[in-house]
Amino acid sequence: MSLSKIKFGVVVFPGSNCDHDAYHAAKHVMEQDAEFIWHKETDLHGADVIVLPGGFSYGDYLRTGAIARFSPVMQEVVRFANNGGTVIGICNGFQVLLEAGLLPGVMLRNRSLRFVCKFVHLKVENASTRFTSECQKGGVLKIPVAHGDGNYFASDDVVKSLEDNNQVVFRYCEADGNITDEANPNGSLHNIAGIVSAEGNVMGMMPHPERASELELGSADGKKIFESLIHSVVLV
Amino acid sequence: MYHSKITVKLRPSILDPQGKAVEHAIHSLGAAAVHDLRIGKLVEFDIDAATQQEAERITEEACKKLLANPVMEDYAFTVEKRK
Repeated sequence: MSLSKIKFGVVVFPGSNCDHDAYHAAKHVMEQDAEFIWHKETDLHGADVIVLPGGFSYGDYLRTGAIARFSPVMQEVVRFANNGGTVIGICNGFQVLLEAGLLPGVMLRNRSLRFVCKFVHLKVENASTRFTSECQKGGVLKIPVAHGDGNYFASDDVVKSLEDNNQVVFRYCEADGNITDEANPNGSLHNIAGIVSAEGNVMGMMPHPERASELELGSADGKKIFESLIHSVVLV
Repeated sequence: MYHSKITVKLRPSILDPQGKAVEHAIHSLGAAAVHDLRIGKLVEFDIDAATQQEAERITEEACKKLLANPVMEDYAFTVEKRK
């Protein structure tokens, strides 16, 4: 085993369904260490990066992510994050981060009322995070979304502070990088697709980089997120 | 024993697409006079609390920490004594 391998800890809630995709991307595509962490565990297995994967944790009962937040493992994830640990929430994982208060805002039902499953384009608004250091600022990534509740909403004050502090990491855009309403798959405020915490160690994104990490799957742009994470951990 | 009934509604400033769709369906029933339809949730439970005050405190805490997300939802509740 090479010394430069980092360990991804993929949390598994009842109803998670992208846990194996995230594990596959980390372990087999990126050739790093990866372990599943069952939601009842209170130990994060010494992971360098915690992944909250997509899916329908607890059947999306009450609100998306609302119940997963009370899983035993989440107490540890919150502690890990508050100590500066790296946490990425993808899709349902983003919703869990919002409910857990690790990121601000909520996800409303898509404005179309439909579940949207398709490739979208994302403009990289901030390439100096530990999640995007291998991307180019202003660059465009092609990554799929698959969600029914991805319509990012927060109060005007919160959105302003996200914008002012450069915490909007990704915005839905056209293939050429133009940010338009047509490119917005769910009605998110300011086309927001991903945000990072003020401290920079917690990111939530609705699109699925783990589903776009190999060209056979239609795009390998999602790999850049994993590469960024690996480099940031190795450099620390 | 006490019984709590909680309603959770999207805040007035939040668009309720589900409510809009149902309102359109009501209009197609011929009830054109119906408007501002909103859909919320009803949660009810019993509480083995010693006093009305305690039952209300427990209900309030459940609303704040779990049942409603204050960014998008408002809640209201009643607590009644039961035999």
